[in-house]
Amino acid sequence: MTEMAGPIAHFLAFTAMLRRAGFPVAPEQTMAWLAAIELLGPAEVDDLRRAARATLAPPPERFAEFDALFDAHFLGALHPAEASQPRDEAPLQAAEEGTGGLEPIFGEETRESGGRATPAERLSARQFEAASEEDTLRRFARAIPARVPRRRGYRWRASRGGPGTDARRMFRDAMRNAGEFVKLRRRQRRLRQRRIVVFVDISGSMKERTQSHLAFAHALTRAAAAVEVFTIGTRLTRITRTLRLRNRTQALATASLLVADWDGGTRIGDALNAFLDIPRFSALARGAALVVLSDGLERGDPAAMGEAVARFSRIAWRTIWLTPLAGDPGFAPRTAGLSAARPFLDELGDGGSLASICAHVLNLANARVA
Amino acid sequence: MAVRRTIVGISSPRELEEALRAAYYLADEELSTAAYLALALGKPLLLEGAPGVGKTEAAKAISGVLGRTLLRLQCYEGIDAAAALYEWNFPRQMLALRQHGDGAEPVDIYRDEFLIERPMLACLRRPDHTVLLIDEIDRSDHEFEAFLLEFLSDFQISIPERGAIRAQERPVVILTSNRTRELHEALRRRCVYHWIEYPAPERELRIIMMRASGVAERAARAVVAAVGRLRREPLAKHPGISEAVEWAQAATLLNQQGARWPDAFRRSLGVVLKDEDDLVHIAPRIDAILQEAQA
Repeated sequence: MTEMAGPIAHFLAFTAMLRRAGFPVAPEQTMAWLAAIELLGPAEVDDLRRAARATLAPPPERFAEFDALFDAHFLGALHPAEASQPRDEAPLQAAEEGTGGLEPIFGEETRESGGRATPAERLSARQFEAASEEDTLRRFARAIPARVPRRRGYRWRASRGGPGTDARRMFRDAMRNAGEFVKLRRRQRRLRQRRIVVFVDISGSMKERTQSHLAFAHALTRAAAAVEVFTIGTRLTRITRTLRLRNRTQALATASLLVADWDGGTRIGDALNAFLDIPRFSALARGAALVVLSDGLERGDPAAMGEAVARFSRIAWRTIWLTPLAGDPGFAPRTAGLSAARPFLDELGDGGSLASICAHVLNLANARVA
Repeated sequence: MAVRRTIVGISSPRELEEALRAAYYLADEELSTAAYLALALGKPLLLEGAPGVGKTEAAKAISGVLGRTLLRLQCYEGIDAAAALYEWNFPRQMLALRQHGDGAEPVDIYRDEFLIERPMLACLRRPDHTVLLIDEIDRSDHEFEAFLLEFLSDFQISIPERGAIRAQERPVVILTSNRTRELHEALRRRCVYHWIEYPAPERELRIIMMRASGVAERAARAVVAAVGRLRREPLAKHPGISEAVEWAQAATLLNQQGARWPDAFRRSLGVVLKDEDDLVHIAPRIDAILQEAQA
């Protein structure tokens, strides 16, 4: 192998380049690739590429980027800096691609300068934490673990008064007691938490409330186990990962860097449909409780929004929409988007204050679904 | 890592591709390369792709080429070690104890005859005769995925009453996923990976002709064109290859019973689109699509 040192170094440089571009490549994958190259023998570049794809396993949605890097390295086709360009154009992917934890997001974003940094500054300038809100959130975080919606799981656990007979345990006991069945053992299904998926509207019309909504989402993410948070405006961004940070100011500041459509227009229907069209995301909604925090003022096609909510209502366990407009007693969903969505919502509630949002989410488990 | 250059007489991706074709599976170069590397390097093969692109079929074809039994482990939410590895046959143990009574020497109730093999254990015990297919791994919980990690790196499991059982050679393991959720990075990197795309029209045509023998080439061509068109529509469920094959068969059957061509396709549309919303969405334009496809 020693005379191969030159080419090997060249191959290793490629995997190093992949890592710099944010592809997780493990040493054993590099070894597998080298073994594959040796196995396939002196081959064409395409064989090399196929072996690289198979052993280094780039995620399918980054194939184009992977190929560009490959071409840049082995064919000298393109400058690597240009090759990694598409990644920035797709905030939806960039937002959830930080597979190595949170550090890459930090690392990438802090290197950015200019336009991207401004929303963060605006963010920190806004004051939202009235003492009472702080208090509400703290009480909410304490109460929610016991009151998350649950479903009956697949697995069984031993229980005194359960509906099923635990034959396995009984036989095991009997073997210890010289083959005598001494006691009837029972079991029941384990309860599992339903996922809670929160959509926070960050469009211009919700500007006043975005901060407290995100603070709420942060409190929920920290306190309950399976929570997913997305922001919707003109596009869809997943911010769950950043909200898992303990420190709220830090979490929200990091989240604000991920979100590109801050205080912009509203195309809720498109954003929700985008969510549903990505299988990994729509799987999150299956059997989950969906909470949408939005005023439902849709600039896009209201029919698309109605259709999206209809699709949601079919895969989710429960869909609730909390709008600040519903604080008014004479409220009726008059906007075209919300009227289109109304028939498919389990509840259209008051999202006017943090306290009322918290109350609605705490009541998710109590509510009977029609 | 132990590299086997030749497996059952196959020593290059191209030869594997030919062997797969003989087993009625048309693999492209990427798939045959990935599969060959997985076999040669002794690593599991992870196949991802949309439902209906032939992931499970690929596993069946590979097991056919190797001449081994396919052990299929279908994953589901809540699958646990008892369903995947082994279980003790309690009633038989019980009976053995009772029959034995208070005899002189104690009876060993942890013998093989009291062990119910599940796919993963069966695969470890007979690695040279089996291919293990772990199907739709994305349906299982994270706990099960973590449990698989140990199995896939060491090919060893431990039964407390019997000690560790280790495979004599590296077994052939194929995992499939519909990608409804992201698999853990640790699992991906233990495997050789292949993403199965919808096939190019020319290849899909050959697949249909091979799988559905009674179908005329003109009909198959129309199906390929129409299915390709449908895959570009924003549907909830895009038609897979198996749906395309079934559509060609169904339309041919209707045609033999006297239905005219575009009509035979339209009437058998339920074979391809299986979602009410999709049918409603496509209904106004289906005639145009079929016209275009037949042209």
